[in-house]
Amino acid sequence: MTLRPDGRKPHETREITAEAGVIKQADGSAKFKIGNTEAVAAVYGPQELHPRHLQNPKKGILRCSYNMLPFSGDGSRVRPGFSRRSEEISHVTTKALEPVVDLTEYPNSVVDVFIELTQTDAGSRCAGICAASMALADAGITMKDMVPAISVGKLNDTLVIDLDGEEEHLDENETPDIPVAMIPRSEEITLLQLDGIVTQQELLDGMSLVKESLHEIADLQRKALKKQYEGVVQE
Amino acid sequence: MNNNLKDHLKKSLKQDVRVDGRKKHEHRDITIEKGAISTAEGSARLTAGDAEILAGVKAEVREPWPDTPDAGSLMVNVELLALSSPDFESGRPGIESIEPSRVIDRGFRESGALNLKNLCIKKGEAVYGLSIDIVPLNYDGNIYGLGGLAALAALQDTELPGLTENNTIDYDAEGPAFSLKRKPIPITVYKVGDLLLVDPTDEEENIADARLTITTLDDNKVCSLQKGGSAPLTDEDFEQMLNIAFNTREKLMEALDE
Repeated sequence: MTLRPDGRKPHETREITAEAGVIKQADGSAKFKIGNTEAVAAVYGPQELHPRHLQNPKKGILRCSYNMLPFSGDGSRVRPGFSRRSEEISHVTTKALEPVVDLTEYPNSVVDVFIELTQTDAGSRCAGICAASMALADAGITMKDMVPAISVGKLNDTLVIDLDGEEEHLDENETPDIPVAMIPRSEEITLLQLDGIVTQQELLDGMSLVKESLHEIADLQRKALKKQYEGVVQE
Repeated sequence: MNNNLKDHLKKSLKQDVRVDGRKKHEHRDITIEKGAISTAEGSARLTAGDAEILAGVKAEVREPWPDTPDAGSLMVNVELLALSSPDFESGRPGIESIEPSRVIDRGFRESGALNLKNLCIKKGEAVYGLSIDIVPLNYDGNIYGLGGLAALAALQDTELPGLTENNTIDYDAEGPAFSLKRKPIPITVYKVGDLLLVDPTDEEENIADARLTITTLDDNKVCSLQKGGSAPLTDEDFEQMLNIAFNTREKLMEALDE
C-alpha cells in the first residue's frame, strides 16, 4: 500500500488552481482551490474605519474575516454567524498577512478582506491565506511580497505536504498537522500552528520541506495575478 | 448612486435600452453548473452577466415538529455576504436577506414541489431536515429570481445521504430517492416610473420604485406573490407583470434543463 490514500508522493501538493479578479464588485479578489478545498477572497478598501475609536491615526489596519459557507463542511451544515474557530482563524490570517502590507499611507482606514470557503477538505485556513494575499495584490495594496501558505503533516512517521481530509483522520489521535505561511523573499514565517505530537527534529525537517512547496505556490499566485493582464496591448 | 447615473438609466430605459444592451423584458443569459460543491448534498453555481450565485443543500436528521410527526422539513436561507458587494456588512441578517429567504421558501412550500412526507424516517421520531443556503459571490441584482433558480437547480441535484442503524447520517450509504414534483420559479418584475423590467442589475435595482415577485409553475399557474417597494401597482401593471413573468419562465426553464 502506498503511504497516501490518493497516491501522492510525500512532498506533493494536491492540484492547485489560482485565479485573480473573480468578484467584480470588490476592489480586489481571488479564488484559490487546492484539491477539494476552495477559498474565495474579496478586498474592500482602504475605506474609513467605523467605529472611530478603532482607528489608528498612524496607519490603516488590515481586517481579515474567515468564514465557512453553510454547505462547505464534510459533515452537517455549518451554522452561519459567530464561531470561536472562525474568530481564531480570522485573527491568525490577519497576522499572517500584516507583515507584508504597507498601510502607512492610509491613516484611520481599514482594508477588509472577506474570505469565504465554498467547500472544504482540510487545509482551509492555508487556502484562505493564499486567496487573501492574491486579493490584496489584486486590489493594488502596497505589499512587499506574496504570502503562500500550506500545511506539513506526519503520516506513519513520514513528513508529508498538504494533508487532505482523509489523511487528517487516518491517525486515531488526529494526524499531526502544521499550517505554515511564509514571506518567500526572506523565508520568514508569518503563520505557524500545530495540532498533534511531533519531535523537535521532525519540526525542523518539516520546515525545510514545506519551504519548497511554499515557493512553488508563490510562483503560482504571481502567475495567476499576471494572467489578468496578458490581454493588454501596448503601443 | 449619484443622480446623474439614475437619470441616465431612466432616460435610456424609456428608449428600451439598458446599460448592458438588453431590452426591458430581456433576461440575462444564464448558465447553471449543477453539483459545483463537492461537500453539499446538492448544489448549483449560477451565473447571469456579472452575477454569480451558489446554492447548496445540506441534510440532517432531526425530530419532527409535533404537529407534523411524519413530515420532514425544508429551510431556505439567503446570506448576502459582505464579500459579494460593498453594500453588505457582516453581522445579523437584515430584511434584505430575510425577505428573499422567505419568498423563495414559500415558493417551494406552496407549490408542493417536495413531498415532505418522503423525508420521514420514523414517524414521531426522526425525519430528514433539508437546508438550502443561497449565497451570492458577486452580487449583481435580482436575488429573488437568480437565488430561487439556483436553489431549484441545487434541489434537482440533491441526493439524500443514507443512515446508520441509529438513524444518524452516513455519508457513505445511499439514501432514499429524492425528486421534485414541480418546478417553482420566482420571477420578479420591477417597476421604474411607469415602465416594467425584469432581471435588474444592482444599479437598476436602485432606481426601481416597486417590484412584484411571482412564483410561476407550469401551465400558467402561480403559487406565491410578494409585492415590494413603495410605489403602488395598477391592474394594468399586474396583468402585464404576469405576462412578462411567464414569458421569462420559458427562458429560465431552458437554462435549468440544459
